Amino acid sequence: MSSITGRGPAVCIGDDVDTDLIIAGRYLRTKDRSVFQEHVFEDLDPTLAARLQGAVLIAGKNLGCGSSREQAVVALQQAGVQAVVARSAARIFFRNCINRGLPVFIVPDLFCHEGNEIRFDTEKNELSIAGKEVRSLPLSARMNEILAAGGLVSYIRRETGR
Amino acid sequence: MATLSERILNAPAGTCIDAQADRAFCHDGTGVLTKVAWEEMGSPPIKQPFRISIIFDHIAPANTSLTAQLQHELREFARAHTMHFSDIGGGVCHQVMSEGSALPGELIIGADSHSCTLGAFGAFATGVGATEMAAIWATGGTWLMVPETIAITMSGSLPSHVEAKDIALAYCGRLGMDGATYRAIEFIGDAMPKLDMADRLTLCNMAVETGAKTGLCYADEVTGSYLANYGTHIPVQEPEPCTYEKEIHLSLDEMVPLVAVPDRVDTVSPVSEYMGTPIDQVFVGTCTNGRYKDLERFASILSDDMVMVRTIIVPASRAVLSEAVQSGVLQTLIEAGCSIGVPGCGPCLGAHMGVLGPGEIGLSTANRNFKNRMGVDARYFLSSVTTAACSALAGEITDPGEFL
Repeated sequence: MSSITGRGPAVCIGDDVDTDLIIAGRYLRTKDRSVFQEHVFEDLDPTLAARLQGAVLIAGKNLGCGSSREQAVVALQQAGVQAVVARSAARIFFRNCINRGLPVFIVPDLFCHEGNEIRFDTEKNELSIAGKEVRSLPLSARMNEILAAGGLVSYIRRETGR
Repeated sequence: MATLSERILNAPAGTCIDAQADRAFCHDGTGVLTKVAWEEMGSPPIKQPFRISIIFDHIAPANTSLTAQLQHELREFARAHTMHFSDIGGGVCHQVMSEGSALPGELIIGADSHSCTLGAFGAFATGVGATEMAAIWATGGTWLMVPETIAITMSGSLPSHVEAKDIALAYCGRLGMDGATYRAIEFIGDAMPKLDMADRLTLCNMAVETGAKTGLCYADEVTGSYLANYGTHIPVQEPEPCTYEKEIHLSLDEMVPLVAVPDRVDTVSPVSEYMGTPIDQVFVGTCTNGRYKDLERFASILSDDMVMVRTIIVPASRAVLSEAVQSGVLQTLIEAGCSIGVPGCGPCLGAHMGVLGPGEIGLSTANRNFKNRMGVDARYFLSSVTTAACSALAGEITDPGEFL
């Protein structure tokens, strides 16, 4: 199984950031993905979008609660977010991250400052935050396979021989 | 001995299973991205299209030419692949599926977070994202973790001015916005026979607001007589002793009307604490409270009086609208000064048909009051239909206990 590794500066947001705040409903009716990166986090903090390129998004509890909109994950990817780390995540958002191949780590006692360097490796359930090793909750075998395939589209292509 | 989720999914909590969906659906909002993902998968043959529905409800009718174009492509696609298709005006996906389609014991997966609504039938009903729905089109199923279950045990009966929506707000307040994440919620107790299908759909609908994977009610005689109206006869699901992770007891006799205060669903207070708060708009509708029972209740409170604030009523489905026409409820609503919308989601998702302006305050019977969701820099309180009706008549937030 191939792992996804990376490093980037932490960009921190708080608890219960819902998918409406990640990308508002008024911007969803399009296939033009650049619209999502333009408006990502607009209703939470309009200055956030400019800091996301190459960053690791650090969130509190219940990240991505609310709407099932997968555009929330697409918006983060389009804006350049490499991985997401949260104290906890809402289940549909969490599945959407895996399904779109965005590495997601759940660290219940997560503590991090804006700008801290984050290193991650999806194979290891382990992260480095400002040089300190922390454990993340393990993913199931299936979730790891989907993530390693780069997301559910590639996974299904392989499964169905397409 | 197993929970209802364990029985339906046929595996103990904590097990990861592969399961085929008995029914799967998406809407115009999630369907566009589902179709894109399906094309990226190499346009595999659709497995069992007769189990798949595409239901237009989110922006129905289309608000812009671009939306209309995206809907046109999806409409043609649904027809070409012989999926079930419900066009604009048919109603909210969860309501449409509740009108004779969803059945006890089924695994129902929807590309919408409120897919948990259909657990009211004793089904395991849950939401997924668009790419996962595309995978279900291709393979017929997906993987699921069988959840632990939280029981909400209800006793007694509701006072006449209190509704199932108040129960829903009460448990959201008790559990919090992530209090049931990855869990199922079972609604049980001696109050259940007194809660009809409309009430149960409202209860299960808001399970996701606590993070839950689904909400469930056991199929009983209430479920049976409801489905018999659609020509389907079902065996009841007898509850068996089982282990719940947690139990919450609610005495319905002691319940009072509640509001969820902006911007959180779990910031819940008695309506009495917000008495007199001026409001700019009342909205009645959605998969939470747009059923016939809701329209009838709203109309019966208005009676021959006029609303004092602009009021938008969006029936949850064409069948609801039709019933309201036949019974005269619609006439009452129109004569009271209400605006009637096309059956669907209405302004709930903040895209059209009644979003608020900056600084405005709304009272809504929907399920979410997140910051900016139903209008930038506006605020929305969530309440029952009864509270909404009393407040519409007074032009300010009003406690039905004082008013009726």
